[in-house]
Amino acid sequence: MFRKITHRLNTALFSGLTLLLSSNAFAAWDDLNMTEGVTRISQDVFNLHMLIFWICVVIGIVVFGFMFYSMFAFTKKKNPNPSTFHENTKVEIAWTIIPFLILVFMAIPASNTLIEIYDDTEGDINIQVVGYQWKWQYKYLEDDINFFSNLTTDWDEIYNKTPKGEHYLEEVDEPLVLPVGKKIRFLITANDVIHSWWMPDFAIKQDAIPGFINTAWTVVDEPGTYRGKCTELCGKNHGFMPVVVKVVPQDEYDAWVISKKEAAFKLAELTEKDWTAEELTARGEGVYNMNCAACHQANGQGITGIFPALAGSDIALNQKAQHIEILMEGVQGAAMNSFAEQLSEVDMAAVITYTRQAWGNADKGDGQIVVPQDIVEYNKPKV
Amino acid sequence: MSAVLESHDHDHHGPAKGLTRWLYTTNHKDIGTLYLWFSFSMFLIGGAMAMVIRAELFQPGMQIVQPEFYNQMLTLHGLIMIFGGVMPAFVGLANWLVPMMVGAPDMALPRMNNLSFWILPFAFLILLSSLFMEGGAPNFGWTFYAPLSTTYAPPSVTFFIFSVHIMGASSIMGAINVIVTIMNMRAPGMTLMKMPLFVWSWLITAYLLIAVMPVLAGAVTMMLMDIHFGTSFFNAAGGGDPVLFQHIFWFFGHPEVYIMILPAFGITSHIIETFSRKQLFGHTSMVWAMGSIAILSFVVWAHHMFTVGLPLAAELFFMWATMLIAVPTGVKVFNWVTTMFKGSITFETPMLFAIAFVVLFTIGGFSGLMLAITPADFQYHDTYFVVAHFHYVLVPGAIFSIMAAVYYWIPKWTGHMYDERLGKLHFWLSFIGVNVTFFPQHWIGLAGMPRRVPDYALQFADWNMVSSVGAFLFGASQILFLFIVIKTVLGGKKATPQVWEGARGLEWTLDSPPPYHTFATPPKIT
Amino acid sequence: MNEGSKKTIKRLSLAVLGMFTFSFALVPLYDVFCEVTGLNGKIELKATSNNNLEVDDGREIALQFVSHNNEEMPWVFRPSERAIKVQTGKYHTATFYVKNTTKKTMVAQAIPSVAPSNAASHLKKLECFCFEQQELAPGEEALLPVRLIFDNELPTSIKSVVISYTLFDVTDYKDAELAKQGSEMDHHGDQHTDHEMESTL
Repeated sequence: MFRKITHRLNTALFSGLTLLLSSNAFAAWDDLNMTEGVTRISQDVFNLHMLIFWICVVIGIVVFGFMFYSMFAFTKKKNPNPSTFHENTKVEIAWTIIPFLILVFMAIPASNTLIEIYDDTEGDINIQVVGYQWKWQYKYLEDDINFFSNLTTDWDEIYNKTPKGEHYLEEVDEPLVLPVGKKIRFLITANDVIHSWWMPDFAIKQDAIPGFINTAWTVVDEPGTYRGKCTELCGKNHGFMPVVVKVVPQDEYDAWVISKKEAAFKLAELTEKDWTAEELTARGEGVYNMNCAACHQANGQGITGIFPALAGSDIALNQKAQHIEILMEGVQGAAMNSFAEQLSEVDMAAVITYTRQAWGNADKGDGQIVVPQDIVEYNKPKV
Repeated sequence: MSAVLESHDHDHHGPAKGLTRWLYTTNHKDIGTLYLWFSFSMFLIGGAMAMVIRAELFQPGMQIVQPEFYNQMLTLHGLIMIFGGVMPAFVGLANWLVPMMVGAPDMALPRMNNLSFWILPFAFLILLSSLFMEGGAPNFGWTFYAPLSTTYAPPSVTFFIFSVHIMGASSIMGAINVIVTIMNMRAPGMTLMKMPLFVWSWLITAYLLIAVMPVLAGAVTMMLMDIHFGTSFFNAAGGGDPVLFQHIFWFFGHPEVYIMILPAFGITSHIIETFSRKQLFGHTSMVWAMGSIAILSFVVWAHHMFTVGLPLAAELFFMWATMLIAVPTGVKVFNWVTTMFKGSITFETPMLFAIAFVVLFTIGGFSGLMLAITPADFQYHDTYFVVAHFHYVLVPGAIFSIMAAVYYWIPKWTGHMYDERLGKLHFWLSFIGVNVTFFPQHWIGLAGMPRRVPDYALQFADWNMVSSVGAFLFGASQILFLFIVIKTVLGGKKATPQVWEGARGLEWTLDSPPPYHTFATPPKIT
Repeated sequence: MNEGSKKTIKRLSLAVLGMFTFSFALVPLYDVFCEVTGLNGKIELKATSNNNLEVDDGREIALQFVSHNNEEMPWVFRPSERAIKVQTGKYHTATFYVKNTTKKTMVAQAIPSVAPSNAASHLKKLECFCFEQQELAPGEEALLPVRLIFDNELPTSIKSVVISYTLFDVTDYKDAELAKQGSEMDHHGDQHTDHEMESTL
């Protein structure tokens, strides 16, 4: 009841102040200000931000005004005999109580918005978001869709060898796709270290903590493509794992869900097909650049002492079985994780084949390649 | 820094001759000097790392360093500036000034004082040498969250932990020394409320250090155990919790930032009083304000953790408590302004830095208030908005107050006036540099750039370039500062005991420079 | 040095030691606080001893299970049923399918987490595969049970709950853990890893 009244007061206050002072004029300065976003909550957060900002501006003008006035009016030249007053209890009490009241005034809308954000009951759609070093995984729990979202900006752009594209560092291979107007609940966790999932246009930021689940929810009012970032230092490519969300009308979303499920079937067909070494190598190069180059480098040389070189390595040249095992199971005690979850059988075979063929490895080693069926075999029970 | 002058008591010698004087000294003035020079060198080293960071961020793309080395730079920059720059500088000022301000002959534990200093270069040697170790230096941010700093850390993390333990020991011993000196060695007649505000600020800071440095030691010990002895304090697999690390760290971390600003408040009060030629307004209120800030600082730590998934009740509590700290802090600002009001002001270099402190620290306070608002913080947290906030309170905040203190007291320490024109030049270059560097970072953060990244999307390019230019200007200006300080040590217009027309306090009754041993007989306090 | 100084030094040194001990005390304090308030979605890693949880007039809530393999730990790990309806005040048994697809014997630890976090303190378990480490031989598979109940004090605003299990590879830790009886993990029952096979697969 009390909350309803204060909520109405908030809305009135916000609308009034928004019209009067801020909103459109400043929101347009995208370079300089927070986004208003595309949800009711993001709007509330923006309004809160502007409210506090303006209060601070006013206080600043008053206090600094006093100070600058003193600096001009009371120089030694203009006022050679300084006053001697040095205490006044009434004034001290006044400028303790008044700021306190201003803070209470700020705390009310802030608390109400926070309480609304915490209201996370069920969602129409539940999505598990998992932060990895250095990419995001999205799992749609109801539809059983599951994919990784990798940065697609080429390392050549990053290292200034080619010009930077429009969405430099903000583009991914598989964005998160959501329908307009439905309540989405995010279940956020991490695979290794702490990451953080930030979508500014939804005013959502929650840390992704390994072993624990954090929740967030949103209802997006406007279709569009929205871009966010990882916001917790998570290792060397912390700056290279963006969040991209595409919000589409319901019918487009339904079609996308169907296409994702069909893609799963298609992938199964691809696994059956007979691949040539050239086809696998070509596909594998793309997989390598997306998933492996960050550590093992595009030239396969790795980084001495940290990431082993693949060019000329014995495993890539001669040890096919061990090569598969490393990618399927990871290496205990090293940074190399299993990639079985992230790569389909086709992509797994392709990338292993690529690393066995590239950088002159094809000529130096036993020439063995890996086909998708090898991976299917590997996944069968061992006993 | 202190010339050899005969004191009136002939059973005191002057300083020893040669370099070993500095190794074995138990004299608070010498140790103060050591701390200040050490802090200045660390400031320049940490500053060089900042130059690397800003050079890489000058343009989008990776031009200068690799991402993994960049993370080492940002980690060491933070650690060095905090534990090597700001804190030792304030300890150096405490050493020089507290005994003189309370009429004591030296610190209570002079030999422990020497130890407190000399373990610091040792600690930083270890920390900096990690740059050359396999796997590189620590790369997990100065806040070293687990499991990035435990399971995923480079081998140098063990040396980092060792180094932190030593720095902590130094701070704790220093704090004990300060408290015992202030509580037990004041000249008769100097009641607590007659103590100058710098002394009060250090008394409170020392209690904070005693309370929280051991907690930091606990946190890094737990890290050590998780890394080497198979425990699971912060490892979910073993039943532990990475968020526990954050609670323990920030329980230390929040009081730590007040440790880094309270002495600045003390310094500012002295300087504004002197150059307004008017007694500080609200002395008692200022003491209460510092005390309230210190106490409140213990109950706000989780405002650094608003996005980890705390329950609603916790978020509300920490939001309100954090907002509350604005009240005593505001009281201090109002008192400084009122001191200037109807004063008789001149604008020598220390006053310029002090005024800039009040304005720019307050701006940092405003962004802090914005950060306190939890729902808004979801948009600010771990972005450049936070970077802007803490650099405003630390650089034109703490660092400006240290520079102000140096300009203010260096005539006392050396007996020479610094070059006023050069001082003013240093001020203006620093003032412009600091604002050009950090003000645009508010906008970059609001527009969506996260912190601790070596590269960024194209919409952040323009203001990053501006910020970097400001940083280069600010960095270069500190070479001027180095020049000014050395020049003043070596010579300059002779300073009187009073030095500044409006200066009050026991230190201004002594010669400039003061005798090697002062107040062997306690002064009379009126 | 005067007596006052000596006393102050003693007191301060004790304070330093006290605060260092306090930081270690924060560890169990944190756990106690978490258990009592259900912070961070932390659930007790041991069986409940409360026998009075069952009621007949509970209400229905939706329960979703979510699984994740930490660091791409190579086992297959998934809930048998993703989403079910349960009654508060009634026990329910759910199972998770797990399979060691590698060529080595491995040991795993499942860590639970609950959303919304204020549901955690109302969730009690009679048995759970997360109470103990699970060891599987190469190729071995199992159906791991969890027998849980939401007490009827669950706030009425909560209509659906998500329980997530993260599976960690603890194969290296195993020897150190076995040597440490009564560790922080509060192992249920004896140290031998066991799991029930509810049905053949």
